[in-house]
Amino acid sequence: MMTTDTQAPDAAPTADKPPSPTPTAVKRRSWTGLWFVLPFAAVYVVFLLWPMILGLYYSFTDKSLTGRPVSWIGLDNWTEAFGDERAWQSLLNTAEFTLYSTPPLVILALALALLTHRARKLGWFLRLSFFAPFVVPVSVVTMLWMWLYQPDGGLINHYLGAWGLGGDHLWVFQEHAMGSVVITTVWWTLGFNFLLYLAALQAIPNEVYEAADIDGANWWQKTVRITIPLLKRITALVIVLQLINSLRIFDQYYLMAGGGTNLSPEKVAIQHIYEMGFTGLRVGYASALSYILFVFILIVAIVQLRLLSRKED
Amino acid sequence: MRNHPSPPGALSRRSLLAGGAAAAGLGLSGCGSLATSLSDQTVVRQWNLLAGSDGAIMTDMHQQFMDETGIDLKATTFAWGTPFYTKLTMGAAGGNAADVATIHLSRLESLSPTTLMDPIDLGELEEAGLRPEDFPPAMWDRCFSDGELYAVPIDTHALVNYYNRTICDQAGVLNDDGTLLETHGVDEYFDLLRAVKDVTGEYGTSLDTNAGWRQFWAWYRQQDGEWAFHEDGHELDDDKALAAIQVMWDMAEEGLCPRVSDGGQTAANFENGAGGLVQVGNWEITRFRQFDETQGLDFSMTEMPDFFGNRRTQGDSHSYIIPRHNLWSDEGRRATLDYISWMLQHSLQWGAGAGHTPAYLPVTESAEYQALEPNAEYAGVSENVQYDPDVWFSGSAAPLADRVAQVLAGVYAGNTTPEQALDAVKAEAQTLVEQPNPVD
Repeated sequence: MMTTDTQAPDAAPTADKPPSPTPTAVKRRSWTGLWFVLPFAAVYVVFLLWPMILGLYYSFTDKSLTGRPVSWIGLDNWTEAFGDERAWQSLLNTAEFTLYSTPPLVILALALALLTHRARKLGWFLRLSFFAPFVVPVSVVTMLWMWLYQPDGGLINHYLGAWGLGGDHLWVFQEHAMGSVVITTVWWTLGFNFLLYLAALQAIPNEVYEAADIDGANWWQKTVRITIPLLKRITALVIVLQLINSLRIFDQYYLMAGGGTNLSPEKVAIQHIYEMGFTGLRVGYASALSYILFVFILIVAIVQLRLLSRKED
Repeated sequence: MRNHPSPPGALSRRSLLAGGAAAAGLGLSGCGSLATSLSDQTVVRQWNLLAGSDGAIMTDMHQQFMDETGIDLKATTFAWGTPFYTKLTMGAAGGNAADVATIHLSRLESLSPTTLMDPIDLGELEEAGLRPEDFPPAMWDRCFSDGELYAVPIDTHALVNYYNRTICDQAGVLNDDGTLLETHGVDEYFDLLRAVKDVTGEYGTSLDTNAGWRQFWAWYRQQDGEWAFHEDGHELDDDKALAAIQVMWDMAEEGLCPRVSDGGQTAANFENGAGGLVQVGNWEITRFRQFDETQGLDFSMTEMPDFFGNRRTQGDSHSYIIPRHNLWSDEGRRATLDYISWMLQHSLQWGAGAGHTPAYLPVTESAEYQALEPNAEYAGVSENVQYDPDVWFSGSAAPLADRVAQVLAGVYAGNTTPEQALDAVKAEAQTLVEQPNPVD
């Protein structure tokens, strides 16, 4: 009733007077904008915000995948998580993976981008070769490398043996899981960073190099004094993205060193969370573990952004 | 008839179909349990974990089933073990899993049947042609939870001992009739392995060193070892467990078996003659037969060797269960039970092709089955089979088996001594015991 009362007088004056364009236009514009945002906002709320809130709630309950009644257990999951040796070990393993995988993924990407940028005639070929692995699905990539790493008859061990370097190394199996997954990951995901660098290289104006040429700078001086400093912003971006990606390691590691086929005793953080929640059915506990990893990644990202933004000032 | 829940409200099939079409428009179909397709053929969705060579036999049987009954069976095979069980649990938790799924009977309790599965009514089972008397009583009892029937067993499968007759003949370890010499005790069996190793030049037996749990449980149970779990701890018989682990250590140390070999490698080692024997599940028979057809492999199978006074072996039973459904149509439910019944009544094929011992007694007791080779040579497994310990984190591909296998892989690899391994196994079990139980 209230609404009809207020609407009636509103409608009457607008019909009488010539419409003042500004307020209605503003109103219409804001509504239209909302409609455009709605699909994204809905997906964002349903699939990100809501699960995040739900996850936080679950972390204080004994929520189980079996669907039995949920009860509030306070901080039990959190205290268990902080005392869970496997959880800490898995976080350490994740850190180790990040430490091994990030430097090659940044440095190699830059090196290959510089190479491709210089190679005028073979440019298209190099771009394709370096980027191609990135579009291969993770299951195919891991399958390929698992074959290469096979202890008997795998390509790598075959040549290691032939060159007298110990062909009996048990790649991926039990001992060297981490190194093997790092190598696979570098081969697979390098292309993305490479592409970012290549785009940034093409954005550097030619005049800068021409000026340097006039001053008699050689290739090395130009690279170190001009190219790399001008790539600083993109390097910051690449490092942030790479760190976050590496900290979120799961797919390749699970497919190569976890799961059913191989029994590596090392686990990475998300793998541990996955096993606790989906295999072990303990959704509540897995939620608490996820939040710990989330905070861990958040801290790394904030520290990094602060360091880099200070540099830019 | 509480097992025939009709769809909520008075939905006609037409409106169900319309609803299904609307859902398809939203990209939400494909996960519902609407048991009718547009072609008006009843659809039964089945999920299984038979990623091994027995899966091929099941696929053949499915084709026959569809040809005979006109029911449209949509079977999906998932990666064996945890990936399958994870998928099944998630699907059932949402009420949108398949109409019927295969599980290991030892996993029944760990999958929380009361919340994740639909009970099966004895009346509707009988209507489909299956009676309780048709199953071995001990196995049948395992299919109940809380007084309700939740599983219908298909078979018994176990670790058996395959032997390459060509190699074993050269090693002089065959009887006159071409069967493998029966050995008693670890020493006699190791002597046999040494003779075989002399012929192959590589291994005596090609073990799956990642499947240490199965071997451990077989050899531990051969010594009457018990593993009891309770609220705050567990009791493992240290001496017997150590004796079982010592066998692994000694075998690998002497090179009688590989140090590292996963399932695929293990089978390949047997096929290419790197090992004259292999102790893996009877399900590999299909793979070895295929190899025999293409490249020649004269092999047979017998029971697990006697290490500690008997031939007990680790094993389990594939069983059908019905995941919890949000929605059943009467005909879909009936077709699902018909499918289960058909598969059991035709399980001679399952036994002959995949090497499993059918659970359905009218098949197992038939003269036709009794005459099957090499099944007859290891018919004793159904008596000797040892199920995994009865606790929520145990069973095929459950955490206990996974973690113990992980420790034992280290023993085969020569990195972990038997004493260290025993401590590690007990510590792993203790961690699992201390975890809050998510099932009850």
